[in-house]
Amino acid sequence: MTATVTALELGLVTCHSCGLVCRPPDRAGCKVFCPRCEASLHARKPDSIARTWALLLAACVLYIPANLLPIMESGSLFGSQQDTIMSGVVFLATSGSWHLAALVFFASIIVPSGKLLAMALLLVSLRRSAPGSARARTRLYRVLEFFGRWSMLDIYVVTLLAALVQIESIATIRPGPGAPFFGGVVVLTMLAAMSFDPRLIWDNLKEQTRNDGNT
Amino acid sequence: MPEKDASPSRKSVIHDIALSAEISRRTIAVSSVIEGPQVLCAAVALPEVVACHSCDMLQRSIPLAPGGTALCSRCGSPLFRTGHLDRALALTFTALVVFVIASAFPIATIETQGRHNAASLPGAVGLLWDAEMHLLAVLVFVTTLLVPFLELALLAVILGALQAGHPSRPIRLMLRLISGTRPWGMVEVFMLGVLVSLVKLAHLAQVVPGVALWSYAALMLLLAAVWSNIDGRELWAVAVRGAPR
Repeated sequence: MTATVTALELGLVTCHSCGLVCRPPDRAGCKVFCPRCEASLHARKPDSIARTWALLLAACVLYIPANLLPIMESGSLFGSQQDTIMSGVVFLATSGSWHLAALVFFASIIVPSGKLLAMALLLVSLRRSAPGSARARTRLYRVLEFFGRWSMLDIYVVTLLAALVQIESIATIRPGPGAPFFGGVVVLTMLAAMSFDPRLIWDNLKEQTRNDGNT
Repeated sequence: MPEKDASPSRKSVIHDIALSAEISRRTIAVSSVIEGPQVLCAAVALPEVVACHSCDMLQRSIPLAPGGTALCSRCGSPLFRTGHLDRALALTFTALVVFVIASAFPIATIETQGRHNAASLPGAVGLLWDAEMHLLAVLVFVTTLLVPFLELALLAVILGALQAGHPSRPIRLMLRLISGTRPWGMVEVFMLGVLVSLVKLAHLAQVVPGVALWSYAALMLLLAAVWSNIDGRELWAVAVRGAPR
């Protein structure tokens, strides 16, 4: 394993903002910034694990009202109806467009819940890492980063339906109290994925192989 | 790694063992120290190497064939690509025009029992705000209007200035702003949301797609085209030393 050397081991730092590899000066107690984009430099994202846990737990709390409260309230001549995320998917499936139902099911149910589980898995597995899985876990992180934004789908659907279906005395649609919670879940899980530093997966791996060699 | 060697012209794996020794040997001095409330120190740039964003493995940057992508030899994450900044600039201006059309015209109109109602994106955000859903209104405004507009406007300024051969400090600060805001632009997700809601409505009323629907679809494709012609590493290099002539 001597073939791979990380920037951290050589005392080098990659700028989080512009990606430039830099050598910080050997001066204690000064705030180091990137010579190219002037962002402050950190070898790893600051407090990555604590911040990610905090954002993730907050997202888990919001996830409960997001799913239980109605995300949309529709009223018409024949009475009013409240839809949660799940009942919206069921409505789509029963009204015939099952591919669309599958799409919404993926974006609003699989992605948010999968993201909460997978982020927790990544954080927990930082402590006990099998060498072979580091590549798989890095890939999992990249998939999370890619799919996280697609959960906003339901928010946009509610926004547009509420704007279009505004025909007085025939039909109106209003966003329900669950919608802001759901938006909060999406934003918090995106922030959690951003504050997680995937390089920690590999740092721990190296530390462990080194410790194993000593004992 | 046999799976990578299958197509060497598109994907090149870079790996260099001698690199670490070379960097360790080099003596580097502190380039500038600014006194202030807190002492700030500029780090020294090493533009010829690249550290993987996913696993931090240090590698030497290599020249790529056109359309090529460099992958990390340890974890397989993409490191950098080749870009076409002139094409990106042309596409950015096109996207700006399309953005204006997409936000000014109605996305769709519904008709039922002789009445009709049209909705544009800014109008939809305004309705959310009026319905006391302020957080939601801000979220939709930022992700579908503010960030995409900022992204395009800043890119037009940055790419225009660099194309004219004027790399400067404000340009670099704008570039930093873009890299921070970009994940929050969600034009493609919004587009899918529009399609889902139109299908939902098709059962209840007659839905007539508006000009903005097509423009938003075009904007989504244009944004993807803009970014596929830009490589962050190359753009930053040009923002420091100017475009190669």
